Amino acid sequence: MANVLDLRRRIRSVKNTRQITKAMKMVSAAKLRRAQERAIASRPYAQMLSRMLSNVAAAAAAMDDSSELPLLAVRDEKKIQLLLVSSDSGLAGGFNANLFRVVRKFIGEHQGAEIGIEAVGRKGRDYFRRLGSNLTGYHHGIFDKPKYEEAAAIARTLSERYAKGEIDALYLAVNEFKNVMAPAISLRRILPIELPESQEQHDYIFEQPPAELLSKLLPRYVELQVFRALLESNSAYNAARMTAMDKASSNAADVIDTLTLNMNRVRQASITREIIEIVSGAAAL
Amino acid sequence: MADTFKLQVATPAALVVDEDAATAEIPGSSGYMGILPGHAALMSILAPGVLTYTAGGQTHVLAVDSGFIEVLDDVVSVMTESALRSKDIKLEEAQRQLSDAQNALAAPPVPEANYEELVLAVSRAQAKVDAAGK
Repeated sequence: MANVLDLRRRIRSVKNTRQITKAMKMVSAAKLRRAQERAIASRPYAQMLSRMLSNVAAAAAAMDDSSELPLLAVRDEKKIQLLLVSSDSGLAGGFNANLFRVVRKFIGEHQGAEIGIEAVGRKGRDYFRRLGSNLTGYHHGIFDKPKYEEAAAIARTLSERYAKGEIDALYLAVNEFKNVMAPAISLRRILPIELPESQEQHDYIFEQPPAELLSKLLPRYVELQVFRALLESNSAYNAARMTAMDKASSNAADVIDTLTLNMNRVRQASITREIIEIVSGAAAL
Repeated sequence: MADTFKLQVATPAALVVDEDAATAEIPGSSGYMGILPGHAALMSILAPGVLTYTAGGQTHVLAVDSGFIEVLDDVVSVMTESALRSKDIKLEEAQRQLSDAQNALAAPPVPEANYEELVLAVSRAQAKVDAAGK
């Protein structure tokens, strides 16, 4: 049976752990707020771009000259590129593991196709390297504070490969921020681009032919989607981490309670034993 | 007819301008265009340059990157990768960027693949210098 001193030491150690997890929770909460602010700040741009894209697409379709654009070309999905957005660090519960499970399922469903994985975040790279998957690229250190230029660079490389016919489809696997409790995993196709339906037709003056506008808009649209994915994922990561650290803190509190109870019992037992010893010693006299 | 229109300049990082403007001068890829209230619906490509607009009697100057312009129902939407207000631009830094970009372009041999990018970098830096000077 453990003695009082040992138990006290353990309690102290768990208390320290609780301090750390509490601090980490607080840090994640602050980071979550900033990540959400960034996500909200990017919204007007995103809305403008998708509205303009659907309007231009409608106009181009009316003139029937949009089908030639490389980013719209639909091919048989023989070579699939997957852009996987995971985090660089862990301690966020099932944040990465759940995403990886969905991705593995996806890979299982597409046995016939050649799948390449482009990983953002260290966790995704490590996991799929262990599995022996075909990793085509790895981006480290951009997850924490996503910058548009970095997201755009990734999107541009992948779009170019698509345009050249090196890949037949680009899928994006990402944790999206739904609420603080659980992220929503999303695995969707971003190339070839499916043009959003336009509800209304406006009579625009086009300074450039709609097809030219469209050809400039489409790469931007891909860039934006990758950027939004990074922002969303970052929010979701910090939310998941906050929840995980909250659970860890309350778990530590439970452990402390149990240990304290245990320690008091042990102490009481030793006191009782000492009294018995004294009493029986006195009785022997 | 209203005497102002809504001007919105958005970048992926923020909505930089969201104001009721009286006039705006926007760098289109085929030249600067002046916009007044009641402008017809228009779509165009934005070139790196200096965007000026007047709101509340004051003139504001921004350096913008390439992007897109949409005018619809007295709402002017400008989408660009970066938009800096002239007061936020550091002139020396902009000038250094400009000379760097110019040197890169002048130094032979210029790889053909990079040529457009270098030209863009020059006009981007030029826009910053121009905007900072105003």
